[in-house]
Amino acid sequence: MDIRFIQGNDAIAWGALAAGCRFFGGYPITPSTEVAELMARELPRHGGKFIQMEDEIASLAAVIGASVGGLKSMTATSGPGFSLMQEHIGYAAMTEVPCVIVNVQRLGPSTGQPTAASQGDVMQARWGTHGDHPIIALCPYTVKQCFDLTVAAFNMSEKYRTPVILLTDEVIGHMREKFEMPDFATVERVERPHIPVPHEWYRPYGDTPSDVPPMANFGDGYRYHITGLFHDDKGYPTQRLDEVDPWIDRVHRKIERNLEDILLWDEDEVEDANTVVVTYGASVRSARHAVKLARAHRAKVGLIAIKTIWPFPVEAVERATAHARRVVVPEMNLGQLALEVERVVGRRKVTRVNIANGEMVTPQMILDAIEGK
Amino acid sequence: MAHEEPINYYEYLRPNKKYPNVWCSGCGIGVVMGSLIRAIDRIGLDKNDVAVVSGIGCTGRMPVYMDFNTMHTTHGRALAFATGLKISRPKLHVIVVMGDGDAMAIGGNHFLHACRRNIDMTAIVVNNWIYGMTGGQYSPTTPLNARATTAPYGNVEQAMPICEVAAAAGASYVARTTVYHATEMDKFLEAAIRKHGFSVVETVSYCHTTFGRLNKRGGVVDMMRWLKDNSVGQIAAQKLDEEEKAAKIVRGVVCDVEKPEYLDLYQQVIDRAMEAK
Repeated sequence: MDIRFIQGNDAIAWGALAAGCRFFGGYPITPSTEVAELMARELPRHGGKFIQMEDEIASLAAVIGASVGGLKSMTATSGPGFSLMQEHIGYAAMTEVPCVIVNVQRLGPSTGQPTAASQGDVMQARWGTHGDHPIIALCPYTVKQCFDLTVAAFNMSEKYRTPVILLTDEVIGHMREKFEMPDFATVERVERPHIPVPHEWYRPYGDTPSDVPPMANFGDGYRYHITGLFHDDKGYPTQRLDEVDPWIDRVHRKIERNLEDILLWDEDEVEDANTVVVTYGASVRSARHAVKLARAHRAKVGLIAIKTIWPFPVEAVERATAHARRVVVPEMNLGQLALEVERVVGRRKVTRVNIANGEMVTPQMILDAIEGK
Repeated sequence: MAHEEPINYYEYLRPNKKYPNVWCSGCGIGVVMGSLIRAIDRIGLDKNDVAVVSGIGCTGRMPVYMDFNTMHTTHGRALAFATGLKISRPKLHVIVVMGDGDAMAIGGNHFLHACRRNIDMTAIVVNNWIYGMTGGQYSPTTPLNARATTAPYGNVEQAMPICEVAAAAGASYVARTTVYHATEMDKFLEAAIRKHGFSVVETVSYCHTTFGRLNKRGGVVDMMRWLKDNSVGQIAAQKLDEEEKAAKIVRGVVCDVEKPEYLDLYQQVIDRAMEAK
């Protein structure tokens, strides 16, 4: 058994390697840099390549280019870099090129506090790039999940031809836990499908029963066009409503019809709960402790730890809070995911617990909210 | 002189793409596209092994018409996408086409670093001194005092010398010509694609629709003639004094040097990493 004591950022890099990531393009930024450093060391040993680009815009561009060439690709960054990457998150969504973007959240806005933790990029992860687009964002709260959700991020990005954001935070990124490194051969990987038709028949953006047309890699004989403009099934630019509308419908449908596969969350003791804590990332750590303390006092409190933050797991939250009088939403921001929870359960039930100064939400803050103090 | 087979352009164009193309009739970008096709044909590259990557603007629309692996990316970032693509698929001949605003303004940083890395790709910068697609705003190569829609009283910014910047930043092969000198362009593009390293070819063009109109330069034929009359080869340029030379477009190979290529060097990284394993 390969037992290690590693930090979340390292687990992300190992997860990427296990998932088959063979290209990393990045730019140094605290508190995500350990991901790049480990990839720089390990990728050339695993038949992959690492490059440090001139900025974060170029980093994600190179990642998308490398993915088009056939390598599973990733970048990692934090707030300011994530802001710069928004342009190409939109490009990847528009062109349906699989890629994984890690955002180890730090305190913002602007340069903020590079070494301080935050969960301030929740809404940016959903709506940071312009225009309506589908997105998947995953939030780990343990070191093991950093590994597992990175693997899941790669698999979802390939399965649904979409950018996937691993939205973690400084606490989880730098926190060390015992970690059992799995044999990579046992890790489930989704590979790009074989194209079943010859070049002349290939439609890179055609209708398929799954709503996910198979992606050909440049250089494999399927000469096609990729553009950030609205495009027809061949990839050529179009302004025709009968081509634009089906595209926007399909790229949203390909996510929505697979929610069962995409949505991940953990539940603690929600069956009899009249108070439910809904949270994610580092705040789960404090919330778990608070729920345990409250249960010790015989309070009927449950917890939902959301791992797929986008799309938001509406039905899971609805079910778990059906009998709850109070829903507590702790976050290291001034209330971002709370907006989604309020949308689902109603504003009056929700108690927000917020901190946006670089510190974590404490168990006591959550306990106070549970008790209605 | 050996007889050359006439080139079949249709072989390199996409039959199922809707035409006419997006450019104004008489635009110089078509000349560059024709020259690129001739260069690829002359080298004899397999179409499956060619990727043409572009940014945004009139020149950015070039790849869609050509039957290669083609990618129309974001404004200024084509070289960064191309870098990832080339690293991922080294067997691809990656050719990046950009306009002057695309390459030198919003993409200036990427341009410098692509030159510095010296990865084996070719960048073609179609320099028409203006942002054409958005309607004629001044660009980093707009001459001093020229008019643009955002310089209605004349441009007060200095023009950026594309080739000199590329050479200083570390490109292996840099050359400049104009769309009037199409055969010279064929030669430079062929040499650039064959070059093992990062190559840049600046193709000076014109935008009669915006620059020509705003600066009373006449139509396509007038602007073509201007390129002919106001450009000189390097030998002729030597006979000019500095002031005369500054007023001319000097055509020719600005630099052609051998230096280590990025992917060759990265192989050393792989070798050392495997040793240290």
